[in-house]
Amino acid sequence: MSNLIHFSKAGFEKALENGGVVVVDFWATWCGPCKMIAPAIEKLADEYAGKAVVGKIDVDQEEDLAREFGIMSIPCVVILKDGAEYSRLVGARPYSSFAQALDEALS
Amino acid sequence: MYDILIVGGGPAGLSAAVAAQSRGKRCLVISNPWERNPLSKAPQIHNYLGMPGVTGREMMEQFQRHALDLGAELRVGRVLSAMALDGVFYLTVGSQVYEGRKLILAAGVQRGQKYPGEERLVGRGVSYCATCDGMLYRKRPVAVIGRAKDAPLEANYLQQIGCQVTYVSPTEPVGMDPRIPRVRANRLEILGEGSVTGLLADGAIIPCEGVFILRETVAPNDLFPDLAVEEGYLRVNRQMETNLPGVYAAGDCTGKPLQISKAVGEGLIAGEAAAEALEAQ
Repeated sequence: MSNLIHFSKAGFEKALENGGVVVVDFWATWCGPCKMIAPAIEKLADEYAGKAVVGKIDVDQEEDLAREFGIMSIPCVVILKDGAEYSRLVGARPYSSFAQALDEALS
Repeated sequence: MYDILIVGGGPAGLSAAVAAQSRGKRCLVISNPWERNPLSKAPQIHNYLGMPGVTGREMMEQFQRHALDLGAELRVGRVLSAMALDGVFYLTVGSQVYEGRKLILAAGVQRGQKYPGEERLVGRGVSYCATCDGMLYRKRPVAVIGRAKDAPLEANYLQQIGCQVTYVSPTEPVGMDPRIPRVRANRLEILGEGSVTGLLADGAIIPCEGVFILRETVAPNDLFPDLAVEEGYLRVNRQMETNLPGVYAAGDCTGKPLQISKAVGEGLIAGEAAAEALEAQ
């Protein structure tokens, strides 16, 4: 069972209210690089289970959130700490980049 | 899942495919249409052993037929991004993802440098993928820098989904929607602090919120930033291995001489080495 969450707007806001570190991958079904990094994001969700909440937001389903976060290119992975943006990684990247950014947010 | 993914369908890539398919490995070659390979335009080739005077076109056709006859699969398209995870390589072409256990880079040399402002504004208005990011720019002004033959088609796509497109290129685009305005310019700079605000084209500013840069190939270093490079070429050993496990390189991308025989030889070694590594696993 995957630890990855498919966020709705309400679910995402709830996760932010709970505090801690939240990772969100902004993606779309028509985006090749988004599909490509999907296994890396899944792995992140599993490896960091209990330490961080990892989820995805479909920019077509949640246009308001995409606009709110100023998403201009996908995939875009945003790391939030206690409700505020801590860092973001744009474009396809190796798992190690995501893990390193997440480690920094958790330290 | 393929055994080997090969980026580039020139002499090196096809030679690698022939070598690996001969050893029973399943290969996918991803390449621009072969007519776009500079070799196919050579009127005559005089220094390839045993085939003096052959035309580039004949040679490319034979190379490709050889690889296909042995069962290699060919996908026409541009590799836009790549990832390695837990022993599997992932490559994207448009909205499709391909998986393989080994990777051979054989996409030739890339001409042309990055534009001022490009690196700084990637993901902040600079994009390399119309199908990925176009939707995020609907109803907004964007510039398309056309440095690939199929760039006009991508400009058409952006126009269709509702972007306000300006096409910028040094040469006349072929196949573009005539309603798209075109600016002829060569010296370009992408403007903006936090995000893109415009494109400086031969001294004139084109206001826009997005800049789509469409080149023929994505440099291997942009696919894998950790690839070791020496004097502009990928560093390889005698087995054509790069510094990244499971990633091989062959042909012009590894350095001079930029010759067909050398590319074919390196492709063979890379194909054999990748096949051997798979068998040893």
